[in-house]
Amino acid sequence: MFMDFLDWTQLFNMEINLRIWRQKDADNQGGFVDYYLRNVAEEMSFLEMLDFLNRTLIENGDEPVAFEHDCREGICGSCSMYINGRPNGPVDNVTTCELRMTSFRNGDSIVIEPWRAKSFPVIKDLVVDRSAFDKIIQAGGFISVNAGTAPGANSISISKRISEEAFDAAECIGCGACVAACKNSSAMLFVSAKVSHLALLPQGQSEARNRARSMVEKMEELGFGSCSNTGACEIECPRGISLTHIARLNREFLKDSLKS
Amino acid sequence: MSKLQSKIPEGILADKWQNHKDSVKLVNPVSRSSLDIIVVGTGLSGASAASTLAELGYNVKAFCFHDSPRRAHSVAAQGGINAAKNYKNDGDSVYRLFIDIIKGGDYRAREANVYRAAEISNQSIDHLVAAGVPFTREYSGYPDNISFGGVQVSRTFYAQGQTGQQCLLGAYSGLNRQIAQGRVIMYNRRDMLELVVVDGQARGIITRNLVNGEIERHSAHAVVLATGGYGTIYYLSTLAVGSNATAVWAAHRKGALFSNPGFMQIHPTSIPQLNEYQGKLILMSESLRNDGRIWVPRTKGDKRHPDEIKEEERDYYLERRYPAFGNLVPRDVASRAAKERCDAGYGAGDSGQSVYLDFSKAIEKQGRKVIEKKYRNLFEMYEKITGVNPFNEPMRIYPAGHYTMGGLWVDYNLMTTIPGLFAIGESNFSDHGANRLGAGSLMQCAGDGYFILPVTIGDYLAGEIKTPRLHTDTREFEKAEKAAREKLLRLVAVNGRQTVTSFHKRLGRIMWDMCGMVRNEENLKKAMKMIKELKEMFWRDVRVPGTVNELNQELEKAVKVADFFDLGFLMCQDALDRKESCGAHFREESQTSDGEAQRIDSDFSYVACWEYRGDGEKHDLNKEELRFENVKMQKRSYK
Ligand SMILES: Cc1cc2nc3c(=O)[nH]c(=O)nc-3n(C[C@H](O)[C@H](O)[C@H](O)COP(=O)(O)OP(=O)(O)OC[C@H]3O[C@@H](n4cnc5c(N)ncnc54)[C@H](O)[C@@H]3O)c2cc1C
Ligand code: SF4
Ligand code: FES
Repeated sequence: MFMDFLDWTQLFNMEINLRIWRQKDADNQGGFVDYYLRNVAEEMSFLEMLDFLNRTLIENGDEPVAFEHDCREGICGSCSMYINGRPNGPVDNVTTCELRMTSFRNGDSIVIEPWRAKSFPVIKDLVVDRSAFDKIIQAGGFISVNAGTAPGANSISISKRISEEAFDAAECIGCGACVAACKNSSAMLFVSAKVSHLALLPQGQSEARNRARSMVEKMEELGFGSCSNTGACEIECPRGISLTHIARLNREFLKDSLKS
Repeated sequence: MSKLQSKIPEGILADKWQNHKDSVKLVNPVSRSSLDIIVVGTGLSGASAASTLAELGYNVKAFCFHDSPRRAHSVAAQGGINAAKNYKNDGDSVYRLFIDIIKGGDYRAREANVYRAAEISNQSIDHLVAAGVPFTREYSGYPDNISFGGVQVSRTFYAQGQTGQQCLLGAYSGLNRQIAQGRVIMYNRRDMLELVVVDGQARGIITRNLVNGEIERHSAHAVVLATGGYGTIYYLSTLAVGSNATAVWAAHRKGALFSNPGFMQIHPTSIPQLNEYQGKLILMSESLRNDGRIWVPRTKGDKRHPDEIKEEERDYYLERRYPAFGNLVPRDVASRAAKERCDAGYGAGDSGQSVYLDFSKAIEKQGRKVIEKKYRNLFEMYEKITGVNPFNEPMRIYPAGHYTMGGLWVDYNLMTTIPGLFAIGESNFSDHGANRLGAGSLMQCAGDGYFILPVTIGDYLAGEIKTPRLHTDTREFEKAEKAAREKLLRLVAVNGRQTVTSFHKRLGRIMWDMCGMVRNEENLKKAMKMIKELKEMFWRDVRVPGTVNELNQELEKAVKVADFFDLGFLMCQDALDRKESCGAHFREESQTSDGEAQRIDSDFSYVACWEYRGDGEKHDLNKEELRFENVKMQKRSYK
């Protein structure tokens, strides 16, 4: 499992030009800095390439680039980079940690920026503050059930089709790529995924209308833009959350406004 | 030893939890609102605990180092969560689940805790479903269950390949509901650095705000640690890279005994390391072993493409060695067998450090469609990373560090040896003995958080209702804050030449080679010496750029690695002291003539509980003897 068994030198053959957004903190203005990186291996993941850059920077007495990551397998939603003008780079529907250097060629220039959205202020370099997403969930992205009150897990039957649809919506990893992709910085795909997940399940239906309204209101209050149905979010969403959830959210919303 | 009172309730096994619930002290609803509880960690265990304690009316302050509780490592669990529902009518019961966990853990866990975990599993599933977790369902519309991890019944609930994500998000949404109501104050991006103990009781914590570096004091009537596992000590592991031991180690330094640190689960089916810069290994779910067959070439050093290696030239070594269980032997057995073949020179691939996991027979028998339905996600993930499609060519896999059975010692109430300090989820030692069964951790995390801790913590807090809210401007807080601050400043001040990661990699290598799947006295002693030297070099020559007053990811890493040296040392000490093989802990000196683990019940049927004596000092060993009154200790055999 360790490196000694392979002749790695053969593999480290790429040279790339990086242009990376550096920003000391929220109060300071940032700017792009260029780095030339040699001996990059095609086998590296994109984040491993950045680890490699950081090692070089530290060894040269410079400050490494701050970026978020944790699971490195596309499930925690931590990683978040705007690469060559697209959230998570040139490949559709992946997270940055799933992106690999095989998607780039020797000599390529790569521009890396943080998510750009008013509601996601930059904290440092490529790290942004996405706590607005938690606040949206706090506005209603839950089922109000206390531990101890639940009926048996098989007390309700939910058709396989419906439960699969709910699962597809529930797969959202809260990464914010949809916001970064949207020209209005709308969080509609994110909000609709949660609304849809819970509205589809019988357990979540009694609170469904209220939920949709409060979550959308919270989204607007937090400065996210509104949805103009361009669909850029769906193309970039690493979990393939579908636009049909936005349609469902709109229906829940309509039902709620008709009622009131 | 008086320190270790496990507080197991009276009565027959099946009644203990009920008896206990009937007899613990209660806190009345009015008093609860004047009691503060700190919960550190908001993975499945911490989020479920924090929200449930808030539902009960306590004031909860919750902490995590992530930018949101939704990112805790629980999110990555793939396979499933166990419960003894017996929905499949295949003879399952609480008792059978209990037996499976005890036996799987090689008789090194406490009977009463394990039985309770099995019992509560059913309630947890009910709650998770009600909270909106979209478990995979059958065509009937009722939850589906699969057999997982080689047990003979189908008791594993799952949400496609993302069970952990869905369970965590269920707990996260409940937590958010309480945050919205102001019952939980959530502190994201905080690292707990110190525990504050006042007059022998846990009274607070010191945290570092990871955004601006501020050191903060927080007080409470009780502190709960739910900080997860630390398999990242191997550097490369299946855990999220931020996973660490800093909080539990801080508690340990303040007097909480640390149990069985040497019990580390190495998972057999991870994607092997692909390059030198790899920062993380990716797990391929255990469920693949239900249909995949594991083999290596019969000839040493055979580097041919797997397609060219004919059936009779392949060694299906698990089927050969363990005809009864074959590819479904438990994790520890499968991992060791893979290592044995690779070390003997039969490994697959250029590196020789991998074995094949082959689906061709299953595809032939069940059809491509069926296999696709079962494993599509996993096959796609594998292809994304390696470029190989498992439909055309066998996967290559290798064992990787995965789960820490060891952790803080807790009694039946989940309280550590420091009164008022509790530990739940993967951070405690309690339920899995020397080896954890698949889908058993999520089960434990949900049970601890939703149903056990909320009851048992009341028993302690009932004695605290007269204690007023604690001030943080006391000597103890000051001292703890100073210690935290000084450590950070010291790390930055070294200003040496070597990166934190380079130290972590070297430590990981020592641990993996000498305190991994196979251990022996000579290597363990050598490892302890090497760790000491590496630690010294770290404090002499590490380079942590930047300052302590800003977002500084290298500093965060340095804090974790600094603790890993001491924990790594203790892991080796524990492994050295336990001169038997049991579960994941395999001592070469203690094996049968055919190379299987040799447990020595007469000498080692205890929980090793290590007591901190100061930096660089030798730990003291305390023992909690294990008594098995309801199961007969048998030799674990999968032949
Ligand atoms: C790849 C993988 C797959 C798995 N699959 C399964 C499975 O199918 N079934 C199963 O049952 N188990 C599985 N497991 C095991 C299981 O996922 C974990 O054991 C479990 O989720 C741990 O949950 P936890 O609540 O204890 O901790 P975690 O979910 O790890 O949460 C830890 C929390 O503590 C916080 N924290 C840590 N240190 C500090 C600190 N110093 N200061 C502040 N906060 C801190 C973190 O921010 C986080 O919120 C798997 C594990 C892995 C690695
Ligand atoms: S909807 Fe997709 S892009 Fe948006 S946060 Fe969820 S997973 Fe990320
Ligand atoms: S690091 Fe977790 S999704 Fe990328």
